[in-house]
Amino acid sequence: MTDTDPFAHVPHEPGAPKKDPIVTADNVHRHFGGLTAVEVDHFEVQRGAITALIGPNGAGKSTFFNLLTGFDKPQSGEWLFNGHSLKGVSPAAVARAGKVRTFQLTKALSRMTVIENMRLGASRQRGENFFAAFVPKLWAQREEEITAQAHVLLKRFKLYEKKDDYAGSLSGGQRKLLEMARALMSEPEMVMLDEPMAGVNPALTESLLDHIVELKNEGVTVLFVEHDMHMVRRISDWVVVMAEGRIIAEGPPSTVMQNEEVQAAYLGVHHDTDLSEEGPA
Amino acid sequence: MDLLFDLLREAIAPTTAAFALAAIGLNFHFGLTGLLNMGQAGFMLLGMYGYAITVREGGPIWLGIIVAIACAAVFGVILGWPTLKLRGDYLAIVTIAAAEMIRYLGRSQNLNDLTGASTGIRGNDFKGSFEELSPFPDSMVTIGPFTFHGTRSTSWWLVLVGWTLVGLMVLLYWRLSKSPWGRVLKGIREDEDAVRSLGKNVYSYKMQALVIGGVIGALAGIVWSLGASVQPDSMGRPTTFWVWTLLLLGGAATVFGPVLGSILFWCSLVLVKGLASAFIPTTVLSSQQLEPFSLALVGVTLMCLVIFRPQGVLGDKKELAFND
Repeated sequence: MTDTDPFAHVPHEPGAPKKDPIVTADNVHRHFGGLTAVEVDHFEVQRGAITALIGPNGAGKSTFFNLLTGFDKPQSGEWLFNGHSLKGVSPAAVARAGKVRTFQLTKALSRMTVIENMRLGASRQRGENFFAAFVPKLWAQREEEITAQAHVLLKRFKLYEKKDDYAGSLSGGQRKLLEMARALMSEPEMVMLDEPMAGVNPALTESLLDHIVELKNEGVTVLFVEHDMHMVRRISDWVVVMAEGRIIAEGPPSTVMQNEEVQAAYLGVHHDTDLSEEGPA
Repeated sequence: MDLLFDLLREAIAPTTAAFALAAIGLNFHFGLTGLLNMGQAGFMLLGMYGYAITVREGGPIWLGIIVAIACAAVFGVILGWPTLKLRGDYLAIVTIAAAEMIRYLGRSQNLNDLTGASTGIRGNDFKGSFEELSPFPDSMVTIGPFTFHGTRSTSWWLVLVGWTLVGLMVLLYWRLSKSPWGRVLKGIREDEDAVRSLGKNVYSYKMQALVIGGVIGALAGIVWSLGASVQPDSMGRPTTFWVWTLLLLGGAATVFGPVLGSILFWCSLVLVKGLASAFIPTTVLSSQQLEPFSLALVGVTLMCLVIFRPQGVLGDKKELAFND
């Protein structure tokens, strides 16, 4: 660990304060009827790092994700992005603030072409206003900029040859790539990826991992939910473990799985996959 | 040969133009945005009432049109305000009910002075100022093989105005659907949450689509009423379903689909009626039975079309294939 490591002095405990948090959340509670889905006392995400959010099925990871991005509303709590409260802020406004998400079940816009998907992700296109739409002069130049930007991203994500195909004709893995590339069109400060590897074949997994690391190198903060421990260990700088709606542990990927509470949480629910991988290593 | 002329005459008739307009409006709702508006007839009826009542009370034509547009816009906002936040099916239920409410309100005896209740508003009460503007002579005029009256009711004047409006609205649809605004709507049609996650205010866009489509529906209503009269019962659920049928027939989400659909729909009705009256003896099918019989036959034809060519005549099969 070098001196520049932002996590050098962060304690390995739930809700640990970070050096330069981009997201903080306090006392976020979400109940569905009698069921407590999320009960997070304190949570911080370090700016410019890759943070993984893991936990057994039903731990509340996706719900927490929805809460942080405005897609769901908690019964109580306070959460900030870049120091601004996002309480009661709509999902669209959260995205405009610079925090863009992807979905566990990929939402490629099937009956639109790949390039149209990408253009839709861009921000500051005046032609999206009803009245401005009548006057191409007002938005044609921005459209060219957007298209150029989309071409660069599509080349990076190896989708350039597919740009005029309908998104519905892409494979599952390619749709994941498209969704991620589309999220980057608005040049967000932070991307939140909900299970980016689910359903992606191993050959694509490698390039997806590289893309995520590349994002970090460009200064984008990444928070992702993932089940695949192999991937979590490879690319994340910090791991947050959730179980039964609470954050039960935090730490660097190399040590967090040794935490007794984490092992108990995983063993209690499904005792095979993730931990057995950890064993011999 | 007469039948061919009848067909062509039907193709350019003002009713065909009116239905093409209504379908263009619905194309904004369904084709672009994926909104299930089952009450397009309600928008049309409001447009008729707005125009006819304003003009009957002595208002100028432009004011009548503005009132019609305003009625449709307000109706759209009221319908959309509670339902556009919910799943699509709710809008379908609310619009079909609301359109029926407009019709029943128009029919009710209490509003007799305003709407003329179930008899509606006679053409002579509101068509005068429009017909005075006609550049055509006030008599029957024959252009090519077709004869219409120059100015009254189903006239050359209304044919001209109706199809000019259709042309303008086709242009409007083309411009908007090819713009970034239209792109957002198509995104919403595919997946609302994805568009939300990209920072677009989905609710506002759906509202804009609902209102613009409804306003075009109101214009369709005006054209229709100028060719006939204001009759609440002519704008019942069947009208909405016809508009849907001809939109799907021509091809939803295409520029010319609604226009082609309207022409095909009305022509095929004339064709079936013509052929049936020519070849089926009156002892088998009386002339009163002919009308429902041809409607049923057209219905069957349309079912076949939707089964074997679900994208419509002009639609892109590829685009529909990914409808998952």
